Amino acid sequence: MTSAGSPAVTIAARPTRGGRRLPLSWLGVVPFLAYVALFLLLPTAIIAAGSFTTLDGNLTSSNLSSINQAFIGKAFVGSLVISAISAGVGALVGAILAYAVVTGNPNGILRRSVTSAAGVLAQFGGVTLAFAFIATLGTNGFVTVFLKARGIDIFPNGGVWLYDLSGLTLIYLYFQIPLMVLVFLPALDGIRPQWREATESMGGDTWHYWRYVAGPLLAPAFLGCTLLLFANAFSAYATAAALISQGGVIVPLEIQQLLIGETGRTQPGFAKALALAMILIVAIVMVLYSLFQRRTSRWLR
Amino acid sequence: MGAFFLLPIGAMFEFSTRGNGINAPRTLEAWSAIGTTPDLVTAITVSLQLAAITSVAMLALLLPTMVWVRLRLPGLSRAVEFICLLPLTVPAIALVVGLRPIYVWININVTDSILALAFAYLILVLPYAYRSLDAGLSTIDLKTLSEAARSLGAGWGTVMLRVVVPNMTSAILNACLLSVALVLGEYTVANILRFENLQVAIAYVGLTSAGTSIAVAVASLLFAFVLLMILSFVGRRRQPSLAAAATDPQYLTAGQRT
Repeated sequence: MTSAGSPAVTIAARPTRGGRRLPLSWLGVVPFLAYVALFLLLPTAIIAAGSFTTLDGNLTSSNLSSINQAFIGKAFVGSLVISAISAGVGALVGAILAYAVVTGNPNGILRRSVTSAAGVLAQFGGVTLAFAFIATLGTNGFVTVFLKARGIDIFPNGGVWLYDLSGLTLIYLYFQIPLMVLVFLPALDGIRPQWREATESMGGDTWHYWRYVAGPLLAPAFLGCTLLLFANAFSAYATAAALISQGGVIVPLEIQQLLIGETGRTQPGFAKALALAMILIVAIVMVLYSLFQRRTSRWLR
Repeated sequence: MGAFFLLPIGAMFEFSTRGNGINAPRTLEAWSAIGTTPDLVTAITVSLQLAAITSVAMLALLLPTMVWVRLRLPGLSRAVEFICLLPLTVPAIALVVGLRPIYVWININVTDSILALAFAYLILVLPYAYRSLDAGLSTIDLKTLSEAARSLGAGWGTVMLRVVVPNMTSAILNACLLSVALVLGEYTVANILRFENLQVAIAYVGLTSAGTSIAVAVASLLFAFVLLMILSFVGRRRQPSLAAAATDPQYLTAGQRT
């Protein structure tokens, strides 16, 4: 017993002595980790756990299966459609704008003003943006009144589409396009003029260059940026909340109603299930985005 | 293209200076009403306080951790980066669902002050602050600097305050300005947790007097413009590499560094 025990003790003692610095230096990151655990990981855990439990803490799948209701399904479709359209259109227009910028002088006034304006506008969202559009296209908005005075009614038959999914999509474009310019510019910058010259010296024309050289190189970047725009629109809440006072057209508004309305009290796990679904969708999109980014960085850097 | 982006901002100006009647002259009434609407005044003060608290807390929590990880625990740097970028994949509206029980507890046991929002805001600014500080830290030779300071007898506090901070002022300023811009524009968390910060107040006032709230909206927008302009200027003048970072989408938005 003792003869077997003593070598074990000496072996065990060595790593303790050698590793004494490790536990001490670990202390340096404890405040950060504790904070993040409390305010980021714990809420996420609450969401995940709450999605699967009832009020009294029993396991259930009813929260998740509640997502299958018609009005929630509609909200998810609404969210996906608005994100997809605003991402698609935003990516196309933004890419064209970015291309126009990149063909100019890299230190020129056009590029500078467009990039800094895009930087500002991409941050411009939320309540302020909703109000800007109410002042522009609302029933008493600047453009509405201006056009009405000239005999054009932009809301025929009294249908005010601004407060609708279509209006929301238009408003989202306001920050999606600048965002696309910002994220797509580096990819366009990575295209070297030599590649075009190489294509031409081998007898290719503009079509060949875009079809076989620039197109395939830019495609992953373009798709990745589109996904980023999608995630951006999918997570947006404030603009819609300020614009649409009732009805859950998109998932974030549905969550809001469950949390601050009367309906959510009976089934608190339901809001968590919706939140979990949102997190999962955004996480999947972001993983795909980073895969595309990795593919992009192989050539364009 | 420019019209699409400038029109709404111009329309806000137009709207906020409208008179009361159809042919009433232009007036600045809505603008002067900002000062006499107590809700707005308290909300503006509170939001500015929140912005200051969040920036200071962000620096106090993040900067020492990042420096420490770089010097002593380089193996952890990927993990810290991952954690800091994590809020980008959790939509704020989803995060707040999980934060609510925590805030119920805080309201009962610690404080019911609106300033408690800073706890949540610190999480929201993490990705942006991390990227900007990371860009700053990678431009200085942290190891040599800190070892030189230590060998001259400086303690860790001196190293941080008198060696690290003065060497990366523009990165720190960037992180603070981004945090301030984010906190001043934040609506989601405050609205769901039933706190009245600037954006929530703007939305409320908008229900009764659209002109005034649009005036505040224009003002807060201009303020954000100015902040971001300062940001791009600071970057440009001090360090070319940070100028690139100021317009770098990677830290303005949800990008994963590879």
